[in-house]
Amino acid sequence: MLLDWGYVAIFALIGAGMVVLPLLIIWLISPRSNYPQKFETYESGVPTIGQAWSQFHVRYYLFTLVFVIFDVEIIYLYPWAVVARHLGALAFWEMLVFLVVLVLGLAYAWRRGALEWT
Amino acid sequence: MHWGWEVLRAIVGTVIIFSGVAVIAAMFGVLLERKISAWMQSRLGPKHVGPQGLLQTVADTIKLLQKENIVPSRADRLIFASAVVIVPLAALLDYVVIPFGTTRWGPLIFRDLNIGVLYFAATSSLVVIGILMAGWGSNNKYALLGGLRSAAQLVTYEVPIGVVLVTVALMAGSLSTVTIVNGQAGAHHLWYVLQQPVAFVIFLIAATAEVNRVPFDLVEAESELVAGYFSEYSGMRFALFQLGEYGEMFAMAAMAVTLFLGGWLGFSFLPAVLWFVIKLYAVIFVFMWVRWTYPRFRIDQMLNFSWKVLIPVSVLNLVVTAFFVIVR
Repeated sequence: MLLDWGYVAIFALIGAGMVVLPLLIIWLISPRSNYPQKFETYESGVPTIGQAWSQFHVRYYLFTLVFVIFDVEIIYLYPWAVVARHLGALAFWEMLVFLVVLVLGLAYAWRRGALEWT
Repeated sequence: MHWGWEVLRAIVGTVIIFSGVAVIAAMFGVLLERKISAWMQSRLGPKHVGPQGLLQTVADTIKLLQKENIVPSRADRLIFASAVVIVPLAALLDYVVIPFGTTRWGPLIFRDLNIGVLYFAATSSLVVIGILMAGWGSNNKYALLGGLRSAAQLVTYEVPIGVVLVTVALMAGSLSTVTIVNGQAGAHHLWYVLQQPVAFVIFLIAATAEVNRVPFDLVEAESELVAGYFSEYSGMRFALFQLGEYGEMFAMAAMAVTLFLGGWLGFSFLPAVLWFVIKLYAVIFVFMWVRWTYPRFRIDQMLNFSWKVLIPVSVLNLVVTAFFVIVR
């Protein structure tokens, strides 16, 4: 068990190294030249007006909120899926109740217009 | 000694997988994409570098290696630079649990984690963090819009993928990818694509959305957002984003093969690994075929399609499957 995650940790560490390697190579060999226009933000060739770090639409937040609820509930389905076969009919009916509550939540969000892009 | 051996195996496996994905998925994938696009539009595609243009992407990579790394003066330098590492790394972490084939010493997999499917769901959704960082760190309006759209899209299509993964895990009674492939072997156990056609179609659609490909490419819609979240990236950083994108696409296709198309299983006249590769490229071809067939979705259509069609259908499919698996 610990060995498994040791493998994953080595994969992530060596992998990060292998992704950084080409960046190091270009840092060493790439040409450099300095003129101020080059470092302008790319926007249609005219001088940029204002920052991009400003307000954005609240819809993105609503969708993410609904997602968090769903994703957390799906986590509960994984252990159930592994053992459900051995637990018999009771496991099915209990999970059905859980899923009905979940779908009711979706229906509520749908009805209240949280899923509309307006 | 024992520990040293394990560490060595892990390091060698990592290096093989990373270079394999970089060459086969990113370099060859880009070439394949260009060739297939050309073929579907009655063009020839890249033709001059190497035999039949086979070395085109190698030449492109060498060219990108010599380019300057431009950081816009208004960007957040730390976030801008680290996004480039996170996107390809998150895409490549998927490959830990993909079984490429089987040998007489056991399955050819980096590590057969007992929660493989859950691990895949977790790592494949890490990409969104890198994309959001790239979009926010660039301080560019196009990049920010691309990043936000990407976040909305990836999290929305994460849910049907999660439900489909649970459905398959329920069929196999395990989360380990090797056990799932073995569950499709033998005369009485069909490939899950035959038992779960609805889940397979949902997985393919959601996977297309997860890797931001047409018709779900509004994240990097060329005609409205320049290149979306990587508008500001140049040179090797651009190439690393391409590696992340194609790595993620091949990982999704490989997962579709593992979960639904029987992984390495096939007739015995070809080696197991070859069967896996054939199926993998068949799925990749479908992705590329779809690209030249459908127009782009609008963002409200894209979100509605997942929340109001895919998620209810996948949950219903899960309930029906559970009924037949458990109650019968």
